[in-house]
Amino acid sequence: MIPAPVGYIRVDSTEAALAALGEHGDEAKILAGGQSLIPLMRFRLAAPSMLVDIAGITELSGISVVGDTVSIGAMTTHSALEHSGELAEACPLLAHVASVVGDPAIRHRGTLGGSLAHADPASDLPAAVLALGGTLVASGSNGSREIAATEFFTGFLESALGADEMLTGIKVPVSTGGWSYQKFNRRAQDWAIVGAMVAEGGAGVALVNMGATPLRASAVESALAGGASSVEAAASAAEGTEPSSDNNGDAAYRKHLAQVLTGRALRDAGME
Amino acid sequence: MTVTDNPTGGIIGQARLRKEDPALLTGEAKFMDDLVLPGALWVNCVRSPHAHATIDNIDTTAALAVEGVTAVYTGADLAEDWAGPLPCAWPVTDDMKSPDYWPVAQGKVCHVGDIVAVVVADSRYVAADGAEGVVVDYSLLPAVISIEDAESDQVVIHEGLGTNVSYEWPLIPDPEGVEAAFANATHHVTETYVHQRLIPAPMEPRGVAAVPAPHNGDMILYSSTQIPHILKVMAALTVGIPEHKMRVIAPAVGGGFGCKLGVYPEEILCLALAVRHGVPVRWTEGRTEAATATIQGRAQRQTIELAADENGKLLAVRATLLADMGAYFQLITPGVPLLGAFLFHGLYDVPLYSFTCKSVFTNLTPTDAYRGAGRPEATYAIERAMDVLALAVGVEPDEIRSLNFIPTEKFPYDSPAGLVFDSGDYQPALDRAKELINWEERRAEQAERQAAGSKMHLGLGISTYVEMCGLAPSRVLASLNYGAGGWESATVRILPTCKIQVVTGATPHGQGHETAWSMIVADRLGVDPDDVEVLHSDTAISPLGLDTYGSRSLSVGGTAIWMATERVVEKASLIAAHMLEANADDLELTNGVFNVKGTPGAEVPLAEVAFAAFTAHDLPEGLEPNLQAEVTWDPPNFTFPFGAHIALVEIDEETGEVEIIDYAAVDDCGNQVNPMIVEGQVHGGIVQGIGQALWEEAIYDEDGQCRSTNLGDYLVPSAAETIDMKLDYTVTPSPTNPLGVKGIGEAGTIASTPAVMNAVVDALRHLGVTEMAMPASPMRVRRSIENAQGGAV
Ligand SMILES: Cc1cc2nc3c(=O)[nH]c(=O)nc-3n(C[C@H](O)[C@H](O)[C@H](O)COP(=O)(O)OP(=O)(O)OC[C@H]3O[C@@H](n4cnc5c(N)ncnc54)[C@H](O)[C@@H]3O)c2cc1C
Repeated sequence: MIPAPVGYIRVDSTEAALAALGEHGDEAKILAGGQSLIPLMRFRLAAPSMLVDIAGITELSGISVVGDTVSIGAMTTHSALEHSGELAEACPLLAHVASVVGDPAIRHRGTLGGSLAHADPASDLPAAVLALGGTLVASGSNGSREIAATEFFTGFLESALGADEMLTGIKVPVSTGGWSYQKFNRRAQDWAIVGAMVAEGGAGVALVNMGATPLRASAVESALAGGASSVEAAASAAEGTEPSSDNNGDAAYRKHLAQVLTGRALRDAGME
Repeated sequence: MTVTDNPTGGIIGQARLRKEDPALLTGEAKFMDDLVLPGALWVNCVRSPHAHATIDNIDTTAALAVEGVTAVYTGADLAEDWAGPLPCAWPVTDDMKSPDYWPVAQGKVCHVGDIVAVVVADSRYVAADGAEGVVVDYSLLPAVISIEDAESDQVVIHEGLGTNVSYEWPLIPDPEGVEAAFANATHHVTETYVHQRLIPAPMEPRGVAAVPAPHNGDMILYSSTQIPHILKVMAALTVGIPEHKMRVIAPAVGGGFGCKLGVYPEEILCLALAVRHGVPVRWTEGRTEAATATIQGRAQRQTIELAADENGKLLAVRATLLADMGAYFQLITPGVPLLGAFLFHGLYDVPLYSFTCKSVFTNLTPTDAYRGAGRPEATYAIERAMDVLALAVGVEPDEIRSLNFIPTEKFPYDSPAGLVFDSGDYQPALDRAKELINWEERRAEQAERQAAGSKMHLGLGISTYVEMCGLAPSRVLASLNYGAGGWESATVRILPTCKIQVVTGATPHGQGHETAWSMIVADRLGVDPDDVEVLHSDTAISPLGLDTYGSRSLSVGGTAIWMATERVVEKASLIAAHMLEANADDLELTNGVFNVKGTPGAEVPLAEVAFAAFTAHDLPEGLEPNLQAEVTWDPPNFTFPFGAHIALVEIDEETGEVEIIDYAAVDDCGNQVNPMIVEGQVHGGIVQGIGQALWEEAIYDEDGQCRSTNLGDYLVPSAAETIDMKLDYTVTPSPTNPLGVKGIGEAGTIASTPAVMNAVVDALRHLGVTEMAMPASPMRVRRSIENAQGGAV
């Protein structure tokens, strides 16, 4: 497929990126790893007139652990998350989830910020940040603000980010309690048909591809908090969800999978 | 014909690395889109978004306004450019109904992807922008999507034909006998299977460039095609370019699997537009475009019936097909089901046989040959039905097969469908496959799991197969109404410095002909295979040929190479005899040296003979200079490879996921020239067949929209889904050709689909699941379990 004509600028600072966004308004799109945006452009489902490439902003890449908080730059690639020893210790769930995104080529280009900003309910990393109770850091013309992951995903491919804002970083708490990610797909490189994520011994349970946004499985969380077993809690995994239907699964099958996978994730995370 | 059991100077039979691979792996090989053609115009095809509609108006104003757009043409604009419609080379019956298929639709569109206009521009990107500006008004017509709807004729797609039914093709040598056999049978199995449409997905989609030489009327057509020779003839006829002015070149071709075995609208369009504009005109297919613009495979509904006595011995096999041709005929569309027509009794000794195929048009992309073409379909039907028969008789699936195998002493075997199977020895392959998979232990493990109430179910599935390949004896093709012969041509030329040039008409697109052909020549001449260069894929270099498909290359083209080599050796030995003052009959050629048998020291190297042939200073009286021979070989029969494959699957009852955990394949393709190439073909073939069983499906909605047009939605298995396979071989040489070879290009694809599906059903039978459609996706498997258990479980 051939994309429509598009302009391109490459910036080396957040300020320059914001200035470019300000100048071109909603005609402009930030280009991070390009693994979601470029396919959309090639299908001509997206036709921005200006791409603002932020790959040159070096300070947006990196992982640091200070106290109880893991801070990750928006441009940190999935591959960097996957291979970071520090992250494997401080937040093994996130490192693992990064390792099951797409295939190696995609993980080398795709970024955590891009994945979150894209807000695809079928993507793995948004649900992980949600399950972990993470926070997103955004910069805009009016300075920077923090958005709780629970407030960030507002609709299908929609987020709380303003048109003049960009993500600069993500914070998740250090989390070494029982965790699991059960990703169900038909081929290794595919998106999840359904995924179930358990963080911090069940304190956070999130679902992939069970609705218009990544979801917290709140019924499961409260059942667990109330002392339910993993089997009992998993039975409520599909409660309140409205999953879509596609070639790989209709809504009923997805709901069924959500229960099965949540049960497996809870047991894998060490819960009875 | 004598079979050379050991044709060998020690090179045939070696697992040599492929000489093609360094260029392919380093990116040095040039594919279609690597061609640099200064001044070329690019074509973008505006395609129908509707499956069935009349074209009311086409407004090209906005497209023409895009800077860089040179021209926009509709079907009406180009109607005078064609000498005829796109060719179908296989009118299987005299009264076959065949719609006109024009490169650009005229008046109406018949499938999503049908071309309605072409934009010609000075770059590929501008052509795509221009296409956005072409506005087409359509009036929608009801779309005919299912084979059953097509057969009903409630909506007739090609009004001029009066029906959607193209032809009916029966092969029933003894109708009363078949009836009687079914009337007297103890067991009468009736099964219906559907072969979903498959989208071929070679790594390189198609691409075309037509390069004219306006001053003298020459035309070079570059195409990512399997069939430059056939394309040259057909394209010349369709566009009206004299054949001697046409040269077709297939550059490095990134796979085909049958989908580049056509004469496509885009090839004809680029030619016609190059004539019009007098400059090169090119087109490169996009992956999503390919999903509906390139032919699709399989697409048939089969009913197979088996009549058997109380022990399960087959008395008769009856197959009835309804085949989906798609909207038009591509080059051999109507003939594809007939390539399986003779094989619905598999490798079983059956006295009575009945086959009927009815073919219909639908508002979907045309179908055509796809790896195996007809034989996977036939093998699937008989192999799945044999499992059902085994169950009815109460024996194991291997037992029902062994009971019915054509006995080894019956070869050459006169098949009930009228073929002569060249050679076969079926039981050893099955025995070995069972050994490799640990049949007895796996059965025990399966029973243990069932007894323990495990939700991870094991299933074993066997597929034993025979196929017919080596297309083909020209006389047989004539009897099937095919529009060409089945011979292949070869030239072997020893150059003055004793390097060898070989020209083949079998056009490779990934198979490894260069390696195999040079091994055949080197084996006979006693030279290094690296001193043999194989030329191909350009009709100016290799003017005669019938190209590569149907696992024909080695048994037909390779045999031609062998024979041409023999002929060169004969001539060289006359010169050598002259040089040695000996009798040519007393000479033998070993390790590149002619020597007089029984006279040590009386010898002359082939290299000296080659140089003498070149200088021609002192040749035997009447002998022409140079060492060169050309052979065209028309095989006397097909070849019949066979084998036994067994799949072991594990099914997760809760999710419905099927995982193949072990796979054993024992294939017999006769003598092997290069076992490494054989292994590669078997690997790829098996995975492709598993793709049909578990993943691949062109999914269409009721409006005829394809819902699987990219590689995220059309699930081609990747390396990560592939398993370690246990491969072995038996060797039963073919008596059809002097190399004793059969063919291995499609065997894996033919065998693996039913092996996996039989395993899936075997795993779930104790839960009450008795049938499973393809692909056995997790949702489908899960639903089948739920339905068998009477609702959600
Ligand atoms: C074949 C394939 C398979 C894939 N499989 C998976 C999978 O299994 N699981 C999965 O989770 N993902 C998968 N992905 C998606 C992949 O993870 C993407 O990399 C990711 O979703 C987007 O990240 P990116 O850096 O490539 O963003 P881009 O594609 O560059 O951008 C995506 C969107 O986010 C915006 N954006 C990017 N960065 C910022 C920022 N810092 N601030 C504001 N907006 C920003 C862009 O403007 C754009 O709208 C797959 C992709 C492909 C092509």
